Amino acid sequence: MAQIPEHLLRRSAEAKAKALGVPVEQVLAEMRGEAPSPPAAPPAAPTSPPPAPAAPPPPAAPPAPAPSPPPPPVSEAAAPEPPPPPEPETSAPGPEAAVATETPEVAPAAAPPPVSDNGGGATQVTLRPVAPPEEVPEGVRPQRLLTVVKAKAIQQVKATPTDKVNTWPHLMIAEFSALMVITAVLIVLSVILQAPLLELANFNATPNPSKAPWYFLGLQELLSYYDPQIAGVIIPTITGLLGFMAIPYVDRNPSTKPSDRKFAIMLFTLFLTGSATLTLLGTLFRGPGFNFTYPWADGIWFDDLKDWVHFE
Amino acid sequence: MASGNGMRVRERVGEAADAFRASPFWESMFRPGSPFKRGYSDSPRNRSYVIMNNVLYHLHPVKVKRHAVRLSYTLCLGGLSFFLFILLTITGIFLMFYYRPTAPAAYIDVEALSTSVAFGSLVRNLHRWGAHLMVLTVFLHMSRVFYHGAYKPPREFNWVVGVVLLLLTLLLSFTGYLLPWDQLALWAVTVGTNMAGFTPMFGNQVKFALLGGIEVTGNTLLRFYVLHVLFLPFVIVIFMAVHFWRVRKDGGISGPL
Repeated sequence: MAQIPEHLLRRSAEAKAKALGVPVEQVLAEMRGEAPSPPAAPPAAPTSPPPAPAAPPPPAAPPAPAPSPPPPPVSEAAAPEPPPPPEPETSAPGPEAAVATETPEVAPAAAPPPVSDNGGGATQVTLRPVAPPEEVPEGVRPQRLLTVVKAKAIQQVKATPTDKVNTWPHLMIAEFSALMVITAVLIVLSVILQAPLLELANFNATPNPSKAPWYFLGLQELLSYYDPQIAGVIIPTITGLLGFMAIPYVDRNPSTKPSDRKFAIMLFTLFLTGSATLTLLGTLFRGPGFNFTYPWADGIWFDDLKDWVHFE
Repeated sequence: MASGNGMRVRERVGEAADAFRASPFWESMFRPGSPFKRGYSDSPRNRSYVIMNNVLYHLHPVKVKRHAVRLSYTLCLGGLSFFLFILLTITGIFLMFYYRPTAPAAYIDVEALSTSVAFGSLVRNLHRWGAHLMVLTVFLHMSRVFYHGAYKPPREFNWVVGVVLLLLTLLLSFTGYLLPWDQLALWAVTVGTNMAGFTPMFGNQVKFALLGGIEVTGNTLLRFYVLHVLFLPFVIVIFMAVHFWRVRKDGGISGPL
């Protein structure tokens, strides 16, 4: 799981503490997993009182003489499932009537089981007795707890929190600065360095050496070692183009950590240094007849630089 | 006296500008949250609006991961490649006004551009060095993406699109290389198309299609010109659109490592 930044964690803890009425430090400690769940904030039902054994009565029928046991102790509140309701025989009509009033007595037995929602806390689904309630004394009506549905947030947030900043101004400033710098560099470069324009194209005067644009000079260098079909076509299209496109489908290592992908990084670095070496060799170290020369001895045979590199 | 008049003129200009900024025309020109609107304030809501309500800026999400803002993560290489493409488009349109892609005229036009057109030399230099720089930034951008492992799921396909963009960048640069129609252009393209001629089985056909003949001629110049100013930019824009869109859809910029 991603590391949650400190200030985000704190903000969240403050909000939770405010809602629960407990100290911030306590919630913070709980979020960090340093301390056990505080008794005042059970994770299952954060906003409701500890669930009583039986469903608490709706507001319409407050059980004045409720004989239900006092609010359960801490251990019970922390447990997600409340204990089963007390046996009807031992229970006084108080809570019993409360459940009964929630569903009309005349409701047919085939109706779906009434769901009593006790304020966002634990929800109990009770099974209504099949027999008409008139025939059974109030106190002994059978009730059974089917299940306890734990309260959940309406929205389930799956994304882990990430630290984000506004694009305006934080990113835009950086981009705009980079744009200005590169424009300035290019303008200065263009004022100082004249783009080459040699003599008019002449089919009868082959320059020696004839060189491709610099980004193809690595390939031209390869051409002097290998068969043209290999160096000029197979290597650039098969290894270069298709091989590069296949990288994500070949490299199935999911990690992006450099320490986990030493082999991939080594291969790519080999490719980078190799292509840079070939390009530099082809650009600077190849003279007439595409033979090896030393730029410091015979000058640079690279017409792109012709107008601004004067090497005698 | 004179300074008093000056003050009055300045006040009047200021009042007129204020009135214009209060006019319905100015108000209608900018979407809500624009910093150019009257009464702009720096609020979180407006910070979002600045991005959302601008046709260019809304390439970006309203919020980005904090680490993505650090210059050392991306070195701005992708953005700079895009910017260089725009710069090359603008300077290229300028050059098109003065250039005829025919064998007798091309060289004369480029020469005249350098000597008798205002800023012609500067714009041509910008176009040429900018093109070289774009090849470099696209390549370095690819290397950056590799070292960050940013091609891993869900971004595999965007890497493929990126390789196509690199190829298109090289083709754009290569087709532009011929256009000055000087010795450098002619023989560089001859060497380059000779390499293409080594394609197994249909090498001669590939070379013929590239050159519009069996050697570099005026047909080749026209062919490379149309490829350079129309066809390849058209294709690369489509791929760029997909590339940028996928950056957003694949969860924004990768990382942090």
